[in-house]
Amino acid sequence: MAEHTSEFIEVAGCKVEVLRGGQGPVLLFLHGAGGASAWAPYMDRLAETFDVIVPSHPGYGRSDTPEWLDRLTDLAYFYLDFIEQLGLDRFHLVGNSLGGWIAAEIAVRSCQRLDSLTLVSPAGIHVKGAPKGDIFLWDAETRVRNTLFDPALAEARLAVESSEEDGDIALKNDFTTAKLAWQPRFYNPDLRKWLHRIQVPCAIVWGADDKIFPEPYAHAYHALIPGSTLRVIPQCGHLPHQEKLDEFIASVTTIATNNNAGGAAS
Amino acid sequence: MKFFFFHLMPYGALDLDYDKKHESAYLTLPNSYYDPKKGHDFYHRYLDELVMADGLGYDGICVNEHHQTAYGMMPSPNVLAGALARETKTAKICVLGRALPIINEPLTIAEEFAMLDNLTAGRFIAGFVRGLGTEYHASMAIPGFSHERFHEAHDLIVRAWTETGPFEFEGKHFHFQYVNLWPRPYQSPHPPIWIPSQGSAETIAWAAHPSRRYTYLITFSPVESVKANMAAYRKQCEDYGYTSTPDQLGWAVPLYVSDTDEAARREAKPHIEAFFNKFLRSPPQFKAPPGYTSASSYKRLMQQKYKVRQSFMSMESLIENGMFVCGSPETVAATLEQRQADLGFGNLVGIQQFGTLPADLTANGLTLFANEVMPRVRHLGVTAAASTAEPAPVGE
Repeated sequence: MAEHTSEFIEVAGCKVEVLRGGQGPVLLFLHGAGGASAWAPYMDRLAETFDVIVPSHPGYGRSDTPEWLDRLTDLAYFYLDFIEQLGLDRFHLVGNSLGGWIAAEIAVRSCQRLDSLTLVSPAGIHVKGAPKGDIFLWDAETRVRNTLFDPALAEARLAVESSEEDGDIALKNDFTTAKLAWQPRFYNPDLRKWLHRIQVPCAIVWGADDKIFPEPYAHAYHALIPGSTLRVIPQCGHLPHQEKLDEFIASVTTIATNNNAGGAAS
Repeated sequence: MKFFFFHLMPYGALDLDYDKKHESAYLTLPNSYYDPKKGHDFYHRYLDELVMADGLGYDGICVNEHHQTAYGMMPSPNVLAGALARETKTAKICVLGRALPIINEPLTIAEEFAMLDNLTAGRFIAGFVRGLGTEYHASMAIPGFSHERFHEAHDLIVRAWTETGPFEFEGKHFHFQYVNLWPRPYQSPHPPIWIPSQGSAETIAWAAHPSRRYTYLITFSPVESVKANMAAYRKQCEDYGYTSTPDQLGWAVPLYVSDTDEAARREAKPHIEAFFNKFLRSPPQFKAPPGYTSASSYKRLMQQKYKVRQSFMSMESLIENGMFVCGSPETVAATLEQRQADLGFGNLVGIQQFGTLPADLTANGLTLFANEVMPRVRHLGVTAAASTAEPAPVGE
């Protein structure tokens, strides 16, 4: 496992936990509703190529829950501050699910420092007639089974006995997700109007068997971001960076190392 | 003590085998299970039962609000309170209550309640609740803002009732440029406010505050928990520097009276068991969406209360833990006498129709209760110097 550090950084009056490891171009990874409070295999793989920065969002993991956190766009502005404070002049941005939504909100506000953007099954838009899965109506076990394609992987995850701290963090993450994404459910009606402002190389990565945001969402995002590439991974659920690590890494490295790749669809 | 008949208006024709196919009587149970012709009959039967209670000498009759469920057919309780306003004569009409956080324009609640108060010349009691967890799924109201919105909507409604308009209300969730209530309420300064709750320290501290002194009504809880919560309310009042009166406390409990203990148990059993096991059925994630309670309350609910609710509740166990009062008039009177002494409440809110309990048994239970039980216990838990309903003076 790659060397990595964990430290708390205060931005906008809010202390967040930041995991960091690897060397190379800077890559900021924004996690989804499940959080990222422990160094994970996908971070390890990214750290082979990048200087990987993985903050726990305000309201998630061991980070503070600030008074000002009311809606998801608060996190977009928070990260614009965060990027400035850490002095990230050029970087690659990757986000999954709720983190992909934040990444898209950041990018429509400013792409100035971005070298590339990878959106992995991002939330943030609504596609009429393509029903989303309702994670809030699923019990804990159903949620795991519906998030992953491979039942064996789900089984393995359900077999892990979680510590009390893990349980508390999961609850905290859930509370924050419900505050930010309950209504409208996992989207910002204004976002799709401005996705054309994303003018950096952008890769969209999706699991073909995503039960939370089904495949029509992948095509909608692809159509809304000019020049984006789309990779739909077969036999993969909502977490490609966990379920199909090689394909995820290939998508990120391709878009990050070939800055003129815009327009090449999968 | 004062006696209230609380009708939940269940869809009494519910196919009780629904749970072979569906996990909940709320939210996801298809409304194809609902027959409007039967619904029509139920509405009128239930209204007749409430009117009957008025004639029998009950101090109040109560309705409430639930959405998208077979458990209660009252998404808009004010419609039924309006129907009751002209047909009843003496009983207070109580809406227990409206779910403030799930409404986007809470000023309408201030208006409609003021209308009811005017219609009834002050025979009106207002209940405010946060609503069950399922209401947040049904309305898409954000559960994490439930407390903030409850307090803000409450402040808006009480200010709209008591302050001369127009004024501006500047909240985080609700911001009204013009608050100027027509009609303003009949009672002065405003209708009594009741807070139905299943028991939380924050709610007790808030309701008991000297500036409010709201009647705290405990619903659906084992008697030990009712006792602890009522004691906590009284202690909170002492901590605030005043002694609470019995009418600040209410106990809402399913209740059934018949000629003998044996008859009461035999008649009530299928209906009370249907009520607790079928009509109240929903999984924990329906009941407690994330953010609806604090994290610590959430963990406590998951580990204790909801675990109990997921197992079958027999009539015998419900009587045993005090969640159901059932028996002959003598037994019920003795039980209430004991409970009143233990708990100290001044308002008994009987849920005297529950689940599938049919019309004849409901009417019989109400009549026996009014004629045989009320006279034996009415002298208990009396609050001196009851307030009168006088309209506020007219001015500029």
